[in-house]
Amino acid sequence: MGHKIRVEVNGRVVEREVEAHTLLVHFLREDLALTGTNVGCETSLCGSCTVWMDGEAVKSCTQLAVQADGTTVTTIEGMRTGDEMHPMQQAFWEEHGLQCGYCTPGMIMATSALLKHNSNPSEGEIREALKGNVCRCTGYHNIVKAVQRAAQGGS
Amino acid sequence: MFLNPFEYHRAGSPQEALDLLNRHEGAKLIAGGHSLLPLMKQQLAQPTALIDIGRLAELSGVEKQGDSLRIGALTCHAELASSGMLATHCPILAEAAAKVADPQVRNKGTLGGNIAHADPASDLPAVLVATGATLDLMSPQGVRQVRAVDFFVGLLETDLAENELITAIHVPVLGQGSGSCYLKAEHPASGYAVCGAAVVVELGADGNAAAIRLSFNGLATTPVQCFPVVGALTGTDLADEAIDTAVNSLLSVEDPLGDIYASGEYRVQLAKVYCRRALKIARDRARG
Ligand SMILES: Cc1cc2nc3c(=O)[nH]c(=O)nc-3n(C[C@H](O)[C@H](O)[C@H](O)COP(=O)(O)OP(=O)(O)OC[C@H]3O[C@@H](n4cnc5c(N)ncnc54)[C@H](O)[C@@H]3O)c2cc1C
Ligand code: FES
Ligand code: FES
Repeated sequence: MGHKIRVEVNGRVVEREVEAHTLLVHFLREDLALTGTNVGCETSLCGSCTVWMDGEAVKSCTQLAVQADGTTVTTIEGMRTGDEMHPMQQAFWEEHGLQCGYCTPGMIMATSALLKHNSNPSEGEIREALKGNVCRCTGYHNIVKAVQRAAQGGS
Repeated sequence: MFLNPFEYHRAGSPQEALDLLNRHEGAKLIAGGHSLLPLMKQQLAQPTALIDIGRLAELSGVEKQGDSLRIGALTCHAELASSGMLATHCPILAEAAAKVADPQVRNKGTLGGNIAHADPASDLPAVLVATGATLDLMSPQGVRQVRAVDFFVGLLETDLAENELITAIHVPVLGQGSGSCYLKAEHPASGYAVCGAAVVVELGADGNAAAIRLSFNGLATTPVQCFPVVGALTGTDLADEAIDTAVNSLLSVEDPLGDIYASGEYRVQLAKVYCRRALKIARDRARG
């Protein structure tokens, strides 16, 4: 049986019918074609599927689309303003905080959520906040530097 | 990884959640979904219907009621970790919630779901036992109260009946002269507790330990309390050497849990180390 859900995704209200067992990440990628959100492990361990639900970072592989009904969801596609990258995206670019880029959308969503709660995190706090995000390429060093740069307003 | 089909109903009130549970054979409640959905993906749970209680605002939040705090079952770990009310009146629960997994999981996982799931590697069960918490379990017949220590009965097994809902958790206020601490040896990949030590110490007017409560995650299928250590240290001034001697000689667990990550013997060794450290930290916090 389909369930009608209404979700505000990246500032746009969408109404769709979904199956109860559709995961939020599949809804975003397949129904809305927002393929920026990646799927890595599907077991809530790698963080590549991180999006914001009502402004907080969550793993969209461990959430049903029906659970998102009535919420506001932000994905990596919703981060830029016009042609301007989000300061965190810009900082990842400048610090080379990515190699293959697979983990990056999740990293951006997780780290920019961190800065909403803690505008000037220490290196330890950044690493702690990234506990749920795995990167197999970079060794995290430049990711941490990118978050520090974004926290300092990109300077 | 795909889920098998199931029906989905969102409850508008705790009463409606119970009605829906009652009407759907094989249904399960879903709160944050962070224990249940992983189980369903592995087909270890295959509910016919999910009753979503995630939106029941009346089951969320922390408030002070006399000498205890009432914590709604749907309060998520992130909210517990940042609660000013908990920081003041029951800091050990905030400390433990902050150590659950990672920020994303803490934004979705709830206290009620954590204890209903009753994973021996979870962080919050031992903390509720050590603080002397009581749970409100609601069924169509009304609400009954169960002590946390009686709630956990086995591996992923609790005293919760199929037609019951956890609505709230009551933890006594830890007042002046008390100190608490939760430490864990966490699994490096999943973040779950290989062993977690929850300690509450209450000092009397003479500065000696008037009451001590210890509880451990990860050692057995349910939280383990270690009464011989408690007995040896109660009434003492909790000197470092006394703590070391009591824990080293008296902390033991019959048939401890063991798995491919950590043998039973290793877990007991971890428990000794973390118990000694947590006792000293709790003591120092109690002294203020
Ligand atoms: C990657 C990962 C790492 C984790 N690491 C840790 C960790 O380090 N420490 C830790 O403690 N936990 C950990 N967890 C578990 C996490 O804390 C879960 O969120 C929590 O255990 C379950 O809460 P939930 O609201 O998501 O429950 P759900 O998954 O929604 O439900 C779990 C079970 O509880 C039942 N239930 C839920 N709410 C109620 C209620 N109010 N009344 C009656 N029954 C109810 C459901 O029917 C279901 O059987 C981890 C989880 C993940 C995915
Ligand atoms: S795909 Fe969701 S955490 Fe890995
Ligand atoms: S950049 Fe390749 S996984 Fe992180």
